[in-house]
Amino acid sequence: MIHRRRFSIIRLVIQVALVALGLVMVFPLFWLISTSLRPAPELLESPPQLLPQHWTLDNYANAFAAAPFGTWLLNSLIFATISTLFILLTSLVGGYILAKFKFPGNNFLFILILATAIVPFEIYMLPVFLEVQVLSLINTLPGLILPYVILSYGIFFMRQNVIASVPDELLDAARIDGLSETGIMIRLVSRLLAPAISALAIFAYLQSWTAFIWPLLVLNDQNLFPVQLGLAQFNSSVSVNYAVLSAGAVVAMAPTVIAFLILRRRIIEGVTLTGFR
Amino acid sequence: MASGTIGRGLHRVRSALPSVPPQRRRAYLFAYGFLAPIVALFAFLRIFPIVYTVILGFFNWSLVNPDHTFVGLDNFINLLSDPNFQTAFLNTTIIALGTTILSIGLAFFVAAVVAYGGGKIGGLIEILFFLPVVTPLVPATLGWRSILDYQHGVLNAIFGLFGIPNQAWTTDPTLAIVSVIMISVWAQVGYNMIILLVGMRSIPRLYYEAAAVDGASTWRQFRHITFPLMVPILLFVTVITTIQAYNVFTQVFVLASDVQGAPGYLVPVLVYDIFQNGFRYFNFGYAAAEAVYLFLVVIVLMLIQFRLFNRPTD
Repeated sequence: MIHRRRFSIIRLVIQVALVALGLVMVFPLFWLISTSLRPAPELLESPPQLLPQHWTLDNYANAFAAAPFGTWLLNSLIFATISTLFILLTSLVGGYILAKFKFPGNNFLFILILATAIVPFEIYMLPVFLEVQVLSLINTLPGLILPYVILSYGIFFMRQNVIASVPDELLDAARIDGLSETGIMIRLVSRLLAPAISALAIFAYLQSWTAFIWPLLVLNDQNLFPVQLGLAQFNSSVSVNYAVLSAGAVVAMAPTVIAFLILRRRIIEGVTLTGFR
Repeated sequence: MASGTIGRGLHRVRSALPSVPPQRRRAYLFAYGFLAPIVALFAFLRIFPIVYTVILGFFNWSLVNPDHTFVGLDNFINLLSDPNFQTAFLNTTIIALGTTILSIGLAFFVAAVVAYGGGKIGGLIEILFFLPVVTPLVPATLGWRSILDYQHGVLNAIFGLFGIPNQAWTTDPTLAIVSVIMISVWAQVGYNMIILLVGMRSIPRLYYEAAAVDGASTWRQFRHITFPLMVPILLFVTVITTIQAYNVFTQVFVLASDVQGAPGYLVPVLVYDIFQNGFRYFNFGYAAAEAVYLFLVVIVLMLIQFRLFNRPTD
């Protein structure tokens, strides 16, 4: 009995420590929000206060007045949406065909795709830049999106999911019923793979929403910037103080953070399902 | 005439294979038709650039000069004695090792507590630790930079309570590396924790119950059941984290850029140096050779993982 009580006290201590650590984890986000809501003079207080003494939304108004945050958010939205749609399409179709059709080179192609999935973009970004330059797409939205229309890992992931959850018998039955191949893919396969598709969609959306180095390389017209790049540029402009900057930072992170808080179960499951970052 | 002969020949071949029903043929037409554009995109956006990076490394290739001369191994050799590259490689390695060890150690601890002693707080911990993972790095680093600020930062204020003098987290060369590691660990630990947690939860309870019946202590259960079964997942997470950490860029870029004329110390890292050589000095050949070295690191890490994975477990 005593043993058990001592054990549960230890457990309580560890749990409290863990929650404290968890609060440290969210502190940078809390700090940005808190800083964004206080008037500039309060930034100089020593020691710094956790919460503003005078709450204000002026910093947000100033941020939106000083820089085109609205345009940047819209650019990010366009970028992430188109990229996600393309990645879903190419991954689903590519994965399904690789999984269910035997043709010479199938296995080789699969291994090639798997191998490139692990190579980080930073390694081959120089030739991608040259390609986009040859296509005259430097400093355009299509040039920004192009490298993000395909995801090697997505094709691999979909292939594995098709193998795991789409039985051959079902496909044959659908063919006998006279469903076309395209129809089978749209009506049957995509429905059976709904959880995998939503996991991949979350991953693809996060990937392009947080992308930084490629937008930095390919864009120089600030009206085309996605919000992360815009924020980085806003950061180095002369007339900005920390309160206004924090407001901009909150704007840039709010969409993914809010989406996570709403869809957290699904997002965490998606990450564990895709196992990729 | 010739095409007619081929057509007849094809017809004969087809009729000799009555086992291929027309619907099957249609299916293959579909497969090739839809796969072709995807393979084309894949070749254009992944295979070609990866191969071309290696080729570029052998050229004196300037973005502003149309003459591209083959220089053999010059770029690769010159890099080895280039102090910028040496510093960047060393820094990146320190950051990668620090980030990997700390983020996995911490993630393992947190996952173990949540899996075996979490009680009701498991869900809350998952959310708190995972939030940084979905936070874009630019705003996250801005938040960190304000926390690390020399005069008005929260971290120095907390240190001050213990009588420790203010530290120059973003302007001192050594401390700036510590700061980058801190931010990287912060951004990575939640992801690692979730992956490890899935692994721990998939270990059958039966193993622990059997061990408990045999009188094994919690520590011994952990040591002899949890840990060995977690090795493959730990390995996977280690390799992924190390590769990620070797590509550190955004944190460094944002931490070094200034607000109101107070620039931080720029921690030279590999990707930043590639960026610099390629897009500041337009020396694509040199930058590509540097990228090849980074590629080699990734390949070595992958090989280590495959080696260890294929080793039979005892």
